[in-house]
Amino acid sequence: MPRYLLSVWFDEPYDDDVDLSAPETRRQMAQTAELNAEMERAGAWVFVAGLRPAASATVVRAAGGDVSMTDGPYAETKEQMGGLWIIDAADLDDALGWAAKAAAACGRPIEVRPTHA
Amino acid sequence: MRDLAEIFRGEAGRCTATLIRILGDIDLAEDAVAEAFAIAAERWPRTGVPPNPGGWLTTTARNRAVDRLRRESTRTERHLAALRLEPDGMRPDHDPELDALDAFVDVVPDDQLRLMFLCCHPALATDAQVALTLRLLGGLDTPEIAHAFLVSEPTLAQRIVRAKRKLRDNHAPYRVPHAPDLPDRLHAVLTAIYLIYTEGHTATTGDSLTRVDLAREAIRLARVLTELMPDEPEAVGLLALMLLSEARRPARTAPDGSMIRLADQDRTQWDRLLITEGHTLVRACLRRNRPGPFQIQAAIAAVHADAATAAATDWSQIVALYDQLVALRPDAVTALNRAVAVGELRGAAAGLDALDSLDVTLLEDYQPYHAARADLLARAGRGGATAAYDRAIALTANPTERRFLERQRDAAAERT
Repeated sequence: MPRYLLSVWFDEPYDDDVDLSAPETRRQMAQTAELNAEMERAGAWVFVAGLRPAASATVVRAAGGDVSMTDGPYAETKEQMGGLWIIDAADLDDALGWAAKAAAACGRPIEVRPTHA
Repeated sequence: MRDLAEIFRGEAGRCTATLIRILGDIDLAEDAVAEAFAIAAERWPRTGVPPNPGGWLTTTARNRAVDRLRRESTRTERHLAALRLEPDGMRPDHDPELDALDAFVDVVPDDQLRLMFLCCHPALATDAQVALTLRLLGGLDTPEIAHAFLVSEPTLAQRIVRAKRKLRDNHAPYRVPHAPDLPDRLHAVLTAIYLIYTEGHTATTGDSLTRVDLAREAIRLARVLTELMPDEPEAVGLLALMLLSEARRPARTAPDGSMIRLADQDRTQWDRLLITEGHTLVRACLRRNRPGPFQIQAAIAAVHADAATAAATDWSQIVALYDQLVALRPDAVTALNRAVAVGELRGAAAGLDALDSLDVTLLEDYQPYHAARADLLARAGRGGATAAYDRAIALTANPTERRFLERQRDAAAERT
């Protein structure tokens, strides 16, 4: 069955200071949990995670046996990936259907990207 | 003998649609159909056109594809593909008497419908939807489509390649969408067909005002769609809208190629047959009482077609229809058209009032807005018409349309 990445996008950089008790945030978290359960029941769920801010990232490069590390995300963009699902779906329309539910649950745009295989 | 090119044009969409279902791959299907056409072009001038040319072409394309996959297969994916192709124990026939196989070919009328929904998949950008539709359903080749849309051949070719790759990489399904998705998905198909039509109706750029081929192709596609989905009033509405617009085409341009606007057209030149058919379709779809944007636009075109002279136009009915359309689709362009109709019904000052109440930020770069505003200003005897015409002219890429606006501007300047 085709496998897709559904990534969650934030238009602005975010930090870890989000107020988890804010009603809007609590609602989104509850909706997302509900969606995860629905994906599991449908056999679509493979993996889900929310990501720490891009500022917490480290980029590692290996060239000619040397490993170098740089502080910060790979791409310095305003937009940030804030979370992801990996799902199995029958086809693109099925995947887009899950993405529509995901976008509604977390209140963010979702990028749908097919994997190889 | 019927012109081979004409037969191919008529059969290409159906044939490609069926081959995609059988082969599960757009490129393989296109190659197979091209091969079948080449064989037919070589054979038919000698043997005559078979009784069922579409069936012959589809069977031949299928057999050639299976042969080729067998030939090329080792222990690769292609081998598996060839095995998967075997439908119901049917063996590819090496006998040239392929006509006899017509009965075996599983021609599903839905195939063309599947292909329309695939080409107009919402995951594709509109320009890709349009290009893919013309290529796969219209049987137009890349240079023809590139020429029609005045983009370079490499650009257009890349657009089509990327679209096909995206559909394949994403495992886009080859089926008619399920009921909950159908209205939105159908709307995308209708919009793509209408874009093909409007591009043929008023070429964005280029020296000739109309490009007949695209308009005809759009009408042909809409006919196929309404045959396959007779119960979708919006599809019927789109066909009616295009037929009623097409009916005016002979009157839209003067012998010197300049543009004549609706109010000044010689209505005796309108195509009565198209108008009659359009009217019949408008009545038929409105009776279903499931109004939609294309049906209402068709009804507006029908009211225009009803008027023997521009002065006899029933503007109150047109404004009422625009009110319905604005309620259904509250976009700036619809509101602009409504304001123009109000200007006809209640006078230029009322039209300007309606125009001024719009959110013009979205219309600032829209040529018809400035052209309409210029016309209303001139008719209301207010200042600013010349500047508005200049703005409209600056936004016009079509030379024929630009010359028309320049004449309008000069006439307005003389009156003041």
